[in-house]
Amino acid sequence: MSPTLHSILAFVQTWWVELLCAVLIVLVVPLVAGYIVLVERKVMADMQARLGPMRVGPHGLLQPIADALKLLIKEDLIPDNADQFIFWLAPVLSMTAALTSMGAVAFGPWFQVARDINIGLLFVVGVSALGPFGIVLGGWASNNHYSIIGALRSTAQLISYETTAGFALVSGFLLAGTLNVRAIVETQRTDQAWYVFLAPVGFVTYLIASIAETNRAPFDLPEAESELVAGYMTEYSGFRWSLYFLAEYANMIVVASVGTTLFLGGWLRPFPNVHWLGWLDAAPTLLLVAVGAYCVFRAGKQPARVQSMFMWAVAFGCFVVAAIFALAAPFRHLPLQFMHDGLYGAFWFLLKVSAYIYIFMWLRFTLPRFRFDQLMRLGWHILIPLALINVVDVGIALALSSEFGVNRWLAMAITTGATIGAAMLLLRWNDKHAAAASAALLADSSVAEGTHAG
Amino acid sequence: MKFSRPCRASGRAIQVQPKVPGSMADESKAPQSPESSQPAASGSTPASPAAGASPISPAKPAAPAPLQVPLDNDLCRRYRVRFGAAIQDALEDRKQAILIVDAGQLFEIACYSRDEEKFDLLEDYTAVDWPRREKRFDLVAQLYSFTHNTRLRLKIPLSSAEEPSTLVSVWPAANWLEREIFDLFGIAFRGHPNLKRILLPDEWQGYPLRKDYDILQQDTAWVRENLGIESGQ
Amino acid sequence: MNILADTVHENIAPKTETLLGADELVINMGPQHPSTHGVLRVKLKLDGERVIGSECVIGYLHRGVEKIAENRTYQQFAPYVDRMDYVAAVSNGLGYCEAVEKLLVVEAPARARVIRTILTELQRIASHLLWLGTHALDIGALTPLFYCMREREEILKIFEKYCGARLTTHAFRIGGLQYEAYDTLEKDVERFCKDFEGRIQEYSDLLTGNSIWIGRTRNVGLLNSADCIALGASGPVLRASGVKWDLRKAMPYAAYDQYKFEIPVGTNGDTYDRYMVRIEEMRQSRLICLQAIENIPAGPIMARVGKVLKPPAGEVYHAIEGPKGILGYYIVSDGSTQPYRVRIRPPSFINLQALDKMIRGHLVTDVVAIIGTLDIVLGEVDR
Repeated sequence: MSPTLHSILAFVQTWWVELLCAVLIVLVVPLVAGYIVLVERKVMADMQARLGPMRVGPHGLLQPIADALKLLIKEDLIPDNADQFIFWLAPVLSMTAALTSMGAVAFGPWFQVARDINIGLLFVVGVSALGPFGIVLGGWASNNHYSIIGALRSTAQLISYETTAGFALVSGFLLAGTLNVRAIVETQRTDQAWYVFLAPVGFVTYLIASIAETNRAPFDLPEAESELVAGYMTEYSGFRWSLYFLAEYANMIVVASVGTTLFLGGWLRPFPNVHWLGWLDAAPTLLLVAVGAYCVFRAGKQPARVQSMFMWAVAFGCFVVAAIFALAAPFRHLPLQFMHDGLYGAFWFLLKVSAYIYIFMWLRFTLPRFRFDQLMRLGWHILIPLALINVVDVGIALALSSEFGVNRWLAMAITTGATIGAAMLLLRWNDKHAAAASAALLADSSVAEGTHAG
Repeated sequence: MKFSRPCRASGRAIQVQPKVPGSMADESKAPQSPESSQPAASGSTPASPAAGASPISPAKPAAPAPLQVPLDNDLCRRYRVRFGAAIQDALEDRKQAILIVDAGQLFEIACYSRDEEKFDLLEDYTAVDWPRREKRFDLVAQLYSFTHNTRLRLKIPLSSAEEPSTLVSVWPAANWLEREIFDLFGIAFRGHPNLKRILLPDEWQGYPLRKDYDILQQDTAWVRENLGIESGQ
Repeated sequence: MNILADTVHENIAPKTETLLGADELVINMGPQHPSTHGVLRVKLKLDGERVIGSECVIGYLHRGVEKIAENRTYQQFAPYVDRMDYVAAVSNGLGYCEAVEKLLVVEAPARARVIRTILTELQRIASHLLWLGTHALDIGALTPLFYCMREREEILKIFEKYCGARLTTHAFRIGGLQYEAYDTLEKDVERFCKDFEGRIQEYSDLLTGNSIWIGRTRNVGLLNSADCIALGASGPVLRASGVKWDLRKAMPYAAYDQYKFEIPVGTNGDTYDRYMVRIEEMRQSRLICLQAIENIPAGPIMARVGKVLKPPAGEVYHAIEGPKGILGYYIVSDGSTQPYRVRIRPPSFINLQALDKMIRGHLVTDVVAIIGTLDIVLGEVDR
């Protein structure tokens, strides 16, 4: 046996759990992204008084697969004047950054590729910050004016909002005292509070910044379809386009996971230390049983044989996982416990991530899009100062409670009040200046007037 | 786009005044009960010979009513005093006032209409081709006055060699309208800032709204060259 | 109209100093672009994202409607006008039929005039709804479009029940109406109007007080009343700049003199005011419909105009207040069965002239908002 092969085998033997997780992520994320799209379309349809996709599969359940197939067999166009290599590289870069950053995210206590990496969330933030390179390079390499405008908008936007998101995360890190993902969740258990309650302003600024970071409406200026056609993606088609698309949705999962981990208690159930809420532990089991029962109930009524088989399969899956949940409690000494903790944590974690992503969708279908100068003003005049003030205030609160023995909740309430007051002032100040700024913009342009008629 | 207003006094304070009875605007019907279905042109001019027998009757070409009558009201007199022979004729067609004016004084008449007579809106500007006439074209401008709530139509007879002066500096609205006239009739306007085709391709040959432009004789060369097909007609 | 994109550099304002001393960027917005509402092409000269010059290139949809008219009889041409502003076909038809009636010196019977008024006001609501939905979509609000389409569908159903067509209706005939109102017309219109009040509130809730919406529309695309009149802009664009003027009041046609309604006006002449004016216009149109169905007079629906129309020689200009502005028809007759010349004064075409003035100094993002707020239909611009 050659030494190379031997060392590879040794590597696999040591790291097989992590490798398995990595493979799972690479395989599953595209599918999950596809289904997030389906859910998004269904949510959108629901908000817009219509049905959404209904044709492919029962209630359009196979639509993502049909879409993926269509994208794969589409003609792969590269514009003549494009920079071929960078045009090829850019979407790959975006996708790689998004998937790599998932490596440090823990989906439940057991499912994490880079287990116990001590810089945890810093790694996630750092790697996902590489994603915009893909966007900028793609926009530049396309040799298209719309693309370049989209790419430039994206650069400015991501720089501004990464800063905000970073500061917002710092307020959480201050509370947790660590960057390690698992440790952050565990401190929220021992602190007996999710950090969203201790640093609400931090959470809100992170929420806004994370929407902007993932280029979602109302901050979707880099790809604003009504202005820039498709922004940096204008010249992309087929599979390359779908890589960008996957990267966007993978990024959504990443930012939602980071937010969940740091502010929403990760895989802890709501109020993990309140005993009379202990029945919540049974919630996943009951929910799965209910879903399974519903599927069994509906299976007989499906018009096509395939559909009823599909229903049976779903029901079976639900029952199996429910059985694992239910049986793990009495047989704690069996290896089942390992699976139970993992699945149980993943249930709550994914539930929170879904809720977080639902907020993204909700905002997207409700709000009009910002204009670029308004976006920048919101970022630099309001969110960044606010996030900075919040960091200082959280620090003060921590000092008050540790050095002067003030009640933790009282300290947090006082400082949060101060932060919100500062936010009010910032908003008022901004309102006053926004009108003046846009007037100046217009006045500035009067030089160009009178040169052309019609 | 800069609007030069060489002879404009104030310009704002627009109000719609109730229609003055007896003013020459025809369009606003006098208040009438919905049941009384009188012909539109009832009043001083009997519209139809059969008006007594049947209130709604077809206009029979066999017995044409005097639909066109000479116009002689204050407005017309003021124009005549001011411009004399440049106002070639004034008439009313179906109660709508028409001034036929000389192309040479078009710009001055336009300025006067806007500033003195308060016809501040150039509602429409177009042309009509009469190939058998000596002066082949009629330029037709529909003016509207917000102050008096009246319309006035200026008709400018024009031979095919003449180049009327542009009205863009009087009513900026004339910009595209003149380009359209140039495009479809081939009338060139002197002093227009950007006189080129607007609806048809720049390279198009011929002027489609002229009567001698046969609809079957399109610019087949252009179609062949640019669209790569034989013209379908 | 140049087909080659390479020629875009000509004719847009000469070189000006850019903010960072960088090159100007010329982009070609349209004719294939999601929010130029058809095949409008705007050459934009940009300094960064700021517009420093523009030129509209139109004519991609030119069909020579005015030439076609010269080769059709008066009745034959009537369906063609529906194809100009194809989202407000009923209004186009009303203008044309009334113009020819004026030329013939006949007037439609009272019953026909009232039914025409009802259908035209419904069409105004439908046109404004489509505008609202697409305008909101341009600014990035996805949802109002579907609500607007839902309401517009109700109106189109009424048209379909009345004359069998939904879009290019050809609802009116010269001299009156071809079809008697169907039995439940009043009831349908009443039901629509009853529901519509609440629905319109829904759109307002989504947009009117929304601070992003206000930020995107306030002080965007300013056009004061003097400029509006100078440029010939009419309809909601004119009214939003504070001119309280509406042809339905100034020179009433159809049956508008019988109904009470207000003319909504704005103060600023910006995109937000135009939005508010159109929203309020829908409310007023609803009120007109409600008044009209109260009392539809009995009687004939067609004046006696004969099968062959030979208007006496002469000419007439007749304009109505279309959903987009003054829609005028200038018809010259030489006494034959075919019009000698038909000139259509298209509101969209003339309103579009104001675009260059409105977008200068704004960002690319505002350009789509301003194109949207002008409410143009390219079928009418290009004719």
